[in-house]
Amino acid sequence: MIEFTEEQTMLLDTAAEFCRNESPMEVVRGCLDASEVNRPQWQQMSELGWLGINIPEQFGGLGLGLSSVVPVAESMGRYLMASPFISTVLAAETLNVNGNETQQANWLPRLASGAIAAMALTEEDGSWVLDQISATGEQKGEVIRLSGTKCFVTDADAADVLIASVTLDNVTRLVLLEPAQLPAPIRETVIDQTRRSFRVDLDGVEVTSDRLLPGTDFRRLELAALLLLVAEMSGGLPSVLKLIVEYIDTRKAFGRTIGSYQSLKHPAADMLLGVEAVRSHLYHAATLLNDDSGVEAESAVRMAKALAAETYAFAGDRAVQFHGGFGFTFECDAQLYLRRALWCQYQFGDEHYHRQLLTSLLLD
Amino acid sequence: MSEVTEQELHDFREEVTAWFRDNTPKDPGFILPETFMEVGTDQQFEFLRDWQRRVYEAGYLGMAWPEEYGGGGKPQVFQDIATHAMAKVRAPFMTNTIGLNWAGPLILKMGREADKQKYIKNILSAEDIWCQGFSEPEAGSDLGNSQCRAERDGDDYVINGSKIWTSLGTYAKYMILLARTSSEGPNKYAGLSYFLTPMQLPGIDPKPIQKLTGEYGFCQTYFDHARIPADCLMGQEGEGWNIAMVTLTFERGASGGQAGGIASMELNVNDVVELARRTKRNGRPAIEDPWVREQLVSFLTEAKSNQLMAARARIPALATDWPAAIPMSGKLRGSELKRRMCQFALALQGANGARYVSDEAVDGGRWQRSYLNAFSGTIGGGTSQIQKNILGERVLGLQKD
Repeated sequence: MIEFTEEQTMLLDTAAEFCRNESPMEVVRGCLDASEVNRPQWQQMSELGWLGINIPEQFGGLGLGLSSVVPVAESMGRYLMASPFISTVLAAETLNVNGNETQQANWLPRLASGAIAAMALTEEDGSWVLDQISATGEQKGEVIRLSGTKCFVTDADAADVLIASVTLDNVTRLVLLEPAQLPAPIRETVIDQTRRSFRVDLDGVEVTSDRLLPGTDFRRLELAALLLLVAEMSGGLPSVLKLIVEYIDTRKAFGRTIGSYQSLKHPAADMLLGVEAVRSHLYHAATLLNDDSGVEAESAVRMAKALAAETYAFAGDRAVQFHGGFGFTFECDAQLYLRRALWCQYQFGDEHYHRQLLTSLLLD
Repeated sequence: MSEVTEQELHDFREEVTAWFRDNTPKDPGFILPETFMEVGTDQQFEFLRDWQRRVYEAGYLGMAWPEEYGGGGKPQVFQDIATHAMAKVRAPFMTNTIGLNWAGPLILKMGREADKQKYIKNILSAEDIWCQGFSEPEAGSDLGNSQCRAERDGDDYVINGSKIWTSLGTYAKYMILLARTSSEGPNKYAGLSYFLTPMQLPGIDPKPIQKLTGEYGFCQTYFDHARIPADCLMGQEGEGWNIAMVTLTFERGASGGQAGGIASMELNVNDVVELARRTKRNGRPAIEDPWVREQLVSFLTEAKSNQLMAARARIPALATDWPAAIPMSGKLRGSELKRRMCQFALALQGANGARYVSDEAVDGGRWQRSYLNAFSGTIGGGTSQIQKNILGERVLGLQKD
């Protein structure tokens, strides 16, 4: 039910150590509202081979599949690391599944060796249904003229390639875009300040039809995105719980550590069980999704996302509350986790959305 | 122990599955209890004891316990397969639960050679039923505060006091007893001692307690100058607390070594889903109600969580932050899920949720009864609230209340 290979174990060890060294809290704080991607760090990730984990060997990757990306994404989440890793991995996965051979040969080797990719899927209405969108493409001969606006495009300003969804002849398609074709992305203010989010205007952008990905498997794309988000959340959860425990085991009120009071101790125990459950669901979902995107894998991934969203948001919320007055300040790290949790909760579907979908998957 | 081949396991799985398919008793014609804490009539008890004996004689209980004491001497995996096969056909549970899962592994781990020779085989065959004397009327979950006294007098200890929630007390031949041999010492724990006590002695009187369901299944056991032989003492005087803690790790499922076999007729989350398909709320199938649907998904998720946590706990590389969290929370998670699922099952029945055991009730009132009985899990063996203290203190390292 849960498989964890030698490769995954090694990746987890390496990634945990790298992220611990590279992303201590002062570095995280230095990344808040950062104007650019941390290039030296990105370079190191590239040298470690992480950008090619899920890229086939023939295209310069490791060919290990998404389940091996999970321990890396989890470690990044653990240290609140900010990077274009997830969007780049997701773009590679999208090309693996939906791209033709030319597109794969053109982009996968570049992604494996350090090119940055951004995903332009969500729109202003905030809908999570990836294949029902407003942006359109109109084909005239070999040229496709785009219109519409994409939001929550992380690291769009640094991307060497973007993958956007547009409706073409009533079918939602994916299209490859390069920065030279686009107007300058506009920075958005988002709740997680480690995230560099942009709005990308597609109006009047023209691409040739060879930029259109032939595949339209949005389900697989969504499940991959969810798995990576869950990994990030699963990594953040033990960190936020440790932050809470450290504080409530030190801070005193009425002559006792506040963690000795059951009103704090019991929610902490609840969070502990949540942390353990989320991580278990994560690696189960990773195991299933690696080989297959059947109903069982889909259920596992959606369950994992629903649980992780709820658990991380609760832990972030309680982290602020349990720090008392200090928790209300910007200086307290609790807010960093809460903000990260909220970002992750509302990207690609919150717990209610996924449970709704699960009712059909599991009960009908 | 030699390596077990996949083929051997495969063959064994087939064998044991076939045996339980062919031998699991059919409907006995009366309501069976769902756990050992609910055995309320002689008829139920005899039925369950007989069933356990048959399973043992077929070789599917205590398979990993040493052969010289009556066990099977096989690798644990065989017992796991057999236990799984029992659960799968929903066979009645092994009624000597305290012997099989708590006292037995404790004796194997810490007992004297003579104890192992004397007790182990008859635990497996259900010849000797065991009960537990830990909780007291005034102490509840605060075991360290036990007041039941054991005073040394020549070759005997003289026991005075009482213990409560003694499941199977009237049927038991032995009790694992925590009693106070001293009030001195640096703290309340220091004066506690641990005994393997015969039950059928003058001055020991297990009195059945009527449960909230109206049924019986527990006793309050009174000790009135009961004399037990001094060699019933396990370990040394004053070691009782530590031995009790070892017992509780077996009870909470935190360490291996149990005889195996299922300890209860587990309520499965799919039973609740299936119930929702059969029942109605306001004239429509309950399963069509959006609130019911989301609740069911939450229960399915939670049940899955418990399965997956067990699977992940076996992968050391993925159990690094708080390795004790999963093993130490088994009872809490399982019992709370069961209580809430039973509670929810009533909500699937409309006004019929308010019925109780009777012909008119949905499934004869089984769900209502299960709900009331489910508190035995969330209270017994340390309440859920105590379990959360334990997780907070021993796993997260927070200070005591």
